[in-house]
Amino acid sequence: MKGLGAILKDSAAVAGAALLLFGPFLGLRLGDNEAGNLTLTTRPRLLALAVALTFAARFSMLLWYQHRPRRTLPFKISEKAARAGKYIAPALLIAAVAMPLLPGIENSYIDLGVLIMTYVMLGWGLNIVVGLAGLLDLGYVAFYAVGAYSFALLSENFGLGFWECLPLSGLLAALWGMCLGFPVLRLRGDYLAIVTLAFGEIVRLVITNWVSLTGGPNGITDIPHPTLFGLTFSMAGGPGTFAGFFHVTPDPKQRTIYLYYIILALALLTNWVTLRLRKQPLGRAWEALREDEIACRSLGLNVRNTKLTAFAVGAMFGGFAGCFFATRQAFISPDSFTFIESATVLAIVVLGGAGSQLGVVLAACVMIGVPELLQSLQIYRMLIFGLALVLIMVVRPRGFIATRQPTVSLGRAKLIGLEMVSEGRS
Amino acid sequence: MTDTLLSITELTMRFGGLTAVNGLSFAAKRGNITAVIGPNGAGKTTVFNCITGFYRPTSGSITIAHTPDHTLRLDKMSGHAIAKKGRVARTFQNIRLFNGMSVLENLLVAQHNKLQAATGFGVLSVLGIGRYRAAEREAIERAKHWLEATHLLERADDAAGSLPYGAQRRLEIARAMCTDPVLLCLDEPAAGLNPRESAAMNELLLKIRAEGCSLLLIEHDMGVVMKISDHVVVLDHGKKIADGTGQEIRNDQAVISAYLGEGDEDDADAPVGAEMEAGS
Amino acid sequence: MTQPLLSLRGVNTFYGPIQALRDVDLDVNEGEIVTLIGANGAGKSTLMMTICGNPSAKSGSILYRGADITRLPTHQIARLAIAQAPEGRRIFPRMSVEENLLMGAQVVKFADYDHQLALIFALFPRLQERFSQRGGTLSGGEQQMLAIARALMSKPKLLLLDEPSLGLAPLVIKQIFAAIRQLNQETGLTVLLVEQNANQALRLAHRGYVLVNGVITMAGTGAELLARPEIRAAYLEGGH
Repeated sequence: MKGLGAILKDSAAVAGAALLLFGPFLGLRLGDNEAGNLTLTTRPRLLALAVALTFAARFSMLLWYQHRPRRTLPFKISEKAARAGKYIAPALLIAAVAMPLLPGIENSYIDLGVLIMTYVMLGWGLNIVVGLAGLLDLGYVAFYAVGAYSFALLSENFGLGFWECLPLSGLLAALWGMCLGFPVLRLRGDYLAIVTLAFGEIVRLVITNWVSLTGGPNGITDIPHPTLFGLTFSMAGGPGTFAGFFHVTPDPKQRTIYLYYIILALALLTNWVTLRLRKQPLGRAWEALREDEIACRSLGLNVRNTKLTAFAVGAMFGGFAGCFFATRQAFISPDSFTFIESATVLAIVVLGGAGSQLGVVLAACVMIGVPELLQSLQIYRMLIFGLALVLIMVVRPRGFIATRQPTVSLGRAKLIGLEMVSEGRS
Repeated sequence: MTDTLLSITELTMRFGGLTAVNGLSFAAKRGNITAVIGPNGAGKTTVFNCITGFYRPTSGSITIAHTPDHTLRLDKMSGHAIAKKGRVARTFQNIRLFNGMSVLENLLVAQHNKLQAATGFGVLSVLGIGRYRAAEREAIERAKHWLEATHLLERADDAAGSLPYGAQRRLEIARAMCTDPVLLCLDEPAAGLNPRESAAMNELLLKIRAEGCSLLLIEHDMGVVMKISDHVVVLDHGKKIADGTGQEIRNDQAVISAYLGEGDEDDADAPVGAEMEAGS
Repeated sequence: MTQPLLSLRGVNTFYGPIQALRDVDLDVNEGEIVTLIGANGAGKSTLMMTICGNPSAKSGSILYRGADITRLPTHQIARLAIAQAPEGRRIFPRMSVEENLLMGAQVVKFADYDHQLALIFALFPRLQERFSQRGGTLSGGEQQMLAIARALMSKPKLLLLDEPSLGLAPLVIKQIFAAIRQLNQETGLTVLLVEQNANQALRLAHRGYVLVNGVITMAGTGAELLARPEIRAAYLEGGH
């Protein structure tokens, strides 16, 4: 139990550290004058403000720790949320389906919807690997890239369209998923993370440097947009186009809506397959693998095959998403497949509550939707976003939906709090 | 007439410079409960790990005979194959349950191989084709059978990690039995159980034997060992120092000095005063 | 009448919504061996952990040498010459036996390190054999020995033992209990012992408490409790 004196001392020490840290960053400012020379100005007031704020924050935090009420039941809240999830999920689905059809809705909103939906699909795909099987994959963007580049190259060299390439992209990505799976079979936790991260980077570097195949940093252009039974969405109108066939004026919104429904369908496919697989021996084997790999072996489960299937299936959905990404943008380059993408998708899965489908949707809306909507706040946008994320992780460390639904029950299924569930780190 | 189910011949396990098991040989008969006892660090769990495929023995052989004509060399098989083809199941000293899954789910994972075979390459059942539904129903029935035997039926939908200690031990056994083994290896099943729970454990183990599964157990609880074992093997420093019935072992001088100690403090009726006299 | 070394009054502990301990009153006098018996799930380990501050008691008081330690953080309690060999052993698997023991001794800044080490080796010769081996490579029973030894290295005044006999060979159990008695008689070490092995525990202890579903239902001297028919029926049938 710290007395007030101890708290003051602690806060002073932290403020001192802040002074040292902020001194060079905030207290000094480099600039240049008209003559082109470097100038150095000091900002003592800003520095003092930062130090004072740090002191106050630390002080209040320590006071709060001393006197806070006994922690209430995060489990109960989550249980209510999960029960409400029964209604939230269908409601969100209806909203998602209806959204583009709202009268007067702007193209940019539908486009945002496409973006969010793409990340939802990526999240659902990664959820299989990280959330269900407990394999910490930091290189998921590799499969996104494989999917995108397969389509781009197939269309460039063989003239194949989106719909033909979609299954091929998934298949190729799944194959690469297994290629990743083999060398990492014996790795756990942090080591697995590092190797998968490296894998993601290797794919990106190969794409960047194999210029003759992929065009290198210049990327691949003129990737065809998807057609609707052969009808294109060209703005030129006329025969063979959507606008021509249905006798309406060509509008960019038409293609956007089409793209929106494609990604919605793909995402829902991912969701459906995941939900079905959870109830099958394979899905249960994935979850058992996360809980205790050694026990799995002792029960006769082939751990190697279980891991490989997890990587392959997760990768396949990443490949589908990549194929869609290519057709939507009509142009891809290695810049779209950096580590940040892997990290973003992983953050979505973790923020949502590993293993929860609904959680991924909510998290994607927050992580992708919020920064877009906050555009007007300019430079404060990422600051607020960062603070919001930190706050969420402090309050709900296991994610939005912190419960797990058993896949089978004798009586009424009881939700299991995530504090009981393994994160697959061992 | 019982015959040999499991034979261990000249089993040696070395970890670098440390020899944990040294030329161990013994046999466990079909339909028997065989106990492996010995001081801490004698190598008992190491032997188990060799039998169940977690370690590859340095030398020696471990053979299981499903029928006298059909034998398998366990020391040449991988861990999961020993469980699947060898039909050897085990429990762990430190309890390894799937904590975040319900009791029933734990028991269904144990029946994975059978269920997976009914799914049609894992894919068709996703589409609802095939006899998976029927197979799952069967699996749930089998799970219920073992839940009843271990008195866990009311807790079937609870998280495995939320069960009290004794119930977790029983669940681990139920889960092992759901793999339909011919040999169940139990690593200290009675550890941490009070005398009443130990007695219930004895009943459970006898019931398992009655259903046709042989048992091999590591145990320190002499009550369990003496009451239900048909055959006892004593290890010390990686070697066998005694092999016989419970009564024979009890009176073996080597076993007493290495493991049991003198005196019979198991006797609840022994006078208390003598113990306390020397105390404050 | 001097005050007890450790005194619990009206202690209530919760895990979330579940009440694990209900109005627990318990005393341990200096120089005593007190045992706490009860079935699995009764709350014995919870009681030990509450004394050490993790989880803290929600209400009630815990006094040690007269000072209120109810809300004290665990690491400060450890500095008060209270040592615990907790449930589940909790040795440091990647550290050697020697390093584990050093960790035990560091809280008293390695006072009398050699003397304590000799004591440990006399008690657990196995640990001397395995002195430079990693903790994680020890067998379960050896790890239990290590946990108890590590607690002893800090020269405690009050020793809390949570199921010390768990996983130990009968001979070793006898040795440990004999050692506890010896330490208690020669150095006045006070011991609070949680045990499934009610028979041996009640013989060893001066006094005992019975915990059922988080409530203390009985208290008395070791001999008294051993003679009670309810105790014999519930905790002493069969077993070792």
